[in-house]
Amino acid sequence: MRRVPSVVGGRNLKAGGLAAAMAVLIVFPLVFTNPTVTSIAVFTLLFMASATAWNVFSGYTGYVSLGHATFFGTGAYLFAIVAMRFNLSAGSSLFALVPVAGVAAMVVAVPFGLVALRTRRHTFVVITIAVFFIFQMLAFNLGITQGSSGIQVPTPNWSPWTFNNPFYYVSLGIVVFATAVSYFLRRSVLGLQLLAIREDEDRARGLGVPAGKAKLTAFVLSALPVGMAGAVYAYFLGQIFPQFAFSPLFDLSVVLMALFGGIGTIAGPLLGALLLESLQQYFTFQFSNGDLYLVIYGGLFLAVLLLLPRGVIPTVTDYLSRRRARRSSAPAARDSLTQPIGEPRTSPIAIVTGKAP
Amino acid sequence: MIQAVVDGVLTGGVYALMAAGLTLIFGVMDIINVAQGIFVVLGAYLSYVLSVHLGIDLFVGLLITMPAMFVVGVVVQWVFISRLGERERTAMSILATYAIAIMIEGILGLVFSDNYVELNAWYVTRSYHVFGFYLPYIYVFGFVLAAVLLGAIYLMLYKTRFGASVRASLQDRSAARLVGVNVDRVATITFGIGVAVTAAGGMVYGATNSFNPNTGYDLISRLLTIVILGGLGSIGGALGAAVCMLVLEDVVAVVWSPVWAPFVFFAALVVVLSVRPTGLFGRSSARAQ
Amino acid sequence: MTVILEARGVSKRFGGIHALDGCDIEVAQGTISGLIGPNGSGKTTLFNVITGYERVREGEIRLDGRAITNMTPEAVFRLGIGRTFQLTRVFGRLSVMDNMLVASQHDASWARRAFRKAGSHGERAKALELLEFVDIARLANEPAATLSYGQRKLLEFAYVLMADPEFLLLDEPAGGINPSLINTLAERIRALNKEGRTFLVVEHNMEFVMGLCHNVTVMHHGRTLVSGDPETVRRDPRVLDAYLGGVGEDEEADGADGAGAPGAPVSDES
Ligand SMILES: Nc1ncnc2c1ncn2[C@@H]1O[C@H](COP(=O)(O)OP(=O)(O)OP(=O)(O)O)[C@@H](O)[C@H]1O
Ligand SMILES: [Mg+2]
Repeated sequence: MRRVPSVVGGRNLKAGGLAAAMAVLIVFPLVFTNPTVTSIAVFTLLFMASATAWNVFSGYTGYVSLGHATFFGTGAYLFAIVAMRFNLSAGSSLFALVPVAGVAAMVVAVPFGLVALRTRRHTFVVITIAVFFIFQMLAFNLGITQGSSGIQVPTPNWSPWTFNNPFYYVSLGIVVFATAVSYFLRRSVLGLQLLAIREDEDRARGLGVPAGKAKLTAFVLSALPVGMAGAVYAYFLGQIFPQFAFSPLFDLSVVLMALFGGIGTIAGPLLGALLLESLQQYFTFQFSNGDLYLVIYGGLFLAVLLLLPRGVIPTVTDYLSRRRARRSSAPAARDSLTQPIGEPRTSPIAIVTGKAP
Repeated sequence: MIQAVVDGVLTGGVYALMAAGLTLIFGVMDIINVAQGIFVVLGAYLSYVLSVHLGIDLFVGLLITMPAMFVVGVVVQWVFISRLGERERTAMSILATYAIAIMIEGILGLVFSDNYVELNAWYVTRSYHVFGFYLPYIYVFGFVLAAVLLGAIYLMLYKTRFGASVRASLQDRSAARLVGVNVDRVATITFGIGVAVTAAGGMVYGATNSFNPNTGYDLISRLLTIVILGGLGSIGGALGAAVCMLVLEDVVAVVWSPVWAPFVFFAALVVVLSVRPTGLFGRSSARAQ
Repeated sequence: MTVILEARGVSKRFGGIHALDGCDIEVAQGTISGLIGPNGSGKTTLFNVITGYERVREGEIRLDGRAITNMTPEAVFRLGIGRTFQLTRVFGRLSVMDNMLVASQHDASWARRAFRKAGSHGERAKALELLEFVDIARLANEPAATLSYGQRKLLEFAYVLMADPEFLLLDEPAGGINPSLINTLAERIRALNKEGRTFLVVEHNMEFVMGLCHNVTVMHHGRTLVSGDPETVRRDPRVLDAYLGGVGEDEEADGADGAGAPGAPVSDES
């Protein structure tokens, strides 16, 4: 194995970049104090966490889940119901419920996964949608969720100017947590087994990979940050309704974000969520017309699928490493942080023009 | 109770028609058309426009709406679906059709707003009384229409050359290609036919339910449940599952509560799949070499 | 002589095809056994049944006297049976090294090691050694999808060895492999056999089988036809009949050329 010097440089660069990004994220609400901006930032962070968590399961195993909204809604409802039932007063201490909501989502994920993961491919996708609809229907019809009238969540009486900041930092914490899970999983035995399952599940089983346990573990693990994000969402909005907590658009957005950034990579879902959610929130502020928004969103989605099927990150890194390779004619350095799965060296031109294989 | 079973069978026929389109598309192209639900709604709106603005009878209007939906299907397949790469085809096709669905939903919302509408005609409000049962004309007409179209699909599949190519593609796409079937053309036409039947399904649905652009979600989740239970790619299975599920739903609505009827629908899916991952009528494959 | 693997009356049907029809086979501990037969005679299906990729309703399979019929592929693998596939199945988008690591077995329970870093120093060293052994170590960092068919065959052979299986089932290991490498491959198999590992090898290359195996079983129409040492099998007229008949049925008339010389039923057909 030859070590190309630029890899070491690249690693330092990466660590520096990470530190800089963290610094920017930490000071962001102190610099941009406009509540509209920080509120967009909170939603963006929640989706960054959710997309990353979704990717931990679906990106690594190749099983496309369209049911992660179940975890989001579970987290949101757990938070709201506990706060209401126990008459908890608003304040920073309510954030202690966020991890509890994450655990509740994991608890839901166990039976969900046990049933859904018996099936594969299309059937799996459909069953995740079905389970999601069951939960939405439960939220509409159970007494404890108060049906379509929703639940009010206590709102802290913080100053309107800094109101968003605690939510911002908690959400940032969830993003960091989800990214860490994604990162360490990627390097772990389990992570390798998940990737092997994505490639050829039966073969992996025949090499001693306990596919059932591995998939279920990843599924349950990926529910945790999503449930936590749901709880923060409920608290931040101050009220929840079944159709928003359990929204079919949630999964679509998350998938689009991961796809846009690059499925199976660590940075991809983060980048995808950062770009798309902030854009989406901006659109919502600009045009109040939901239908126009659907058309734009669907169109964007299709454009990504057709033009950038591998996502931004793999396409760009491929392009860069190829350029570097051409210049130094040294073997291209591959890095698992941004490189999903090596392989197809499609030309970026072909990808942009949609002629990629 | 028996009334509920009869209703279930009659509405089940219409669902069977819509589901047959979905499962046919799956069988030939190996993709799930998540937009099938919104196509039904689109079909219903087309009938609505023809009947309200031009005063054309709903059933006569099908002569216009079905070819129109066929063209929509062909265009969608040709412009979007056929351009997806082979990589991660399952995921990509589901996402692409989902995206198409939300675009159509948005367009319908812009044109027709979110208000609920219904289709009307003389046979929508009247009904037969047979043996003490109460049978709305539209249920009966709809059932007959579904049966006729399903029969036509059957004849097309088993009695024509084109049908033979479709069946060959259903069995094994690459083998069909090898023996000279133009699989891409077959796929495009099949997609068109699968979408065209939604015009009829949408008309009957619109005459028996009020609908708005969001109705597509409800429809697609039922249709997916039906085709999965029937075993993906199996038309007969889709028919059986459609009737079983609709009867089950109507019976639950009567003996328990209409609120929980859709719940039972999905719960049945979860229960069946945890016992038989390939569905009620499906068979497992996957060959290890 | 102890029998390590024993199959009795195994039947498997696909629709109307009897892929296995009461098949019996025995493999003695510490031998290299060959399994031959015309195309479609059920060799691969037998492998699939033994390793848990296909389930059967009739018949029994025993490993060291213990029934392993219809176990899952994981369980069979953990009992120390490794196999390769006729059409290779490697993890295309993982690097060759990662392919090796997927197959490495550990002593610790899964729950305890799942969250550890993949590929300890020792495992990587072992993987490199095995890749060296089959002569593809220089490709360690390439995605497996970029390998040639023959290289994939070698990779499959190597990664199955990661778990130190006692018993290896190889489905056409020499198919697609550079002829100059075939002798090396035979050498490798012999070396591993000296360490005490048992082999069951399916192969159409008769020279390879007859030179390598201590014992050969011939299958025909899902049944065992003859079993014995290579010389006996070579002489048995039923074997020739099976190949000629089998070829006729499969309408592969040109495949019969190799059978022109008695004694070498089919030379190198794949
Ligand atoms: N999954 C399956 N579905 C249907 N038929 C199958 C399946 N697997 C095997 N068969 C059939 O069973 C028979 C035995 O096939 P098998 O692959 O075991 O033969 P083989 O001896 O390995 O042949 P070859 O030398 O060509 O590899 C063949 O007729 C084959 O077509
Ligand atoms: Mg074979």
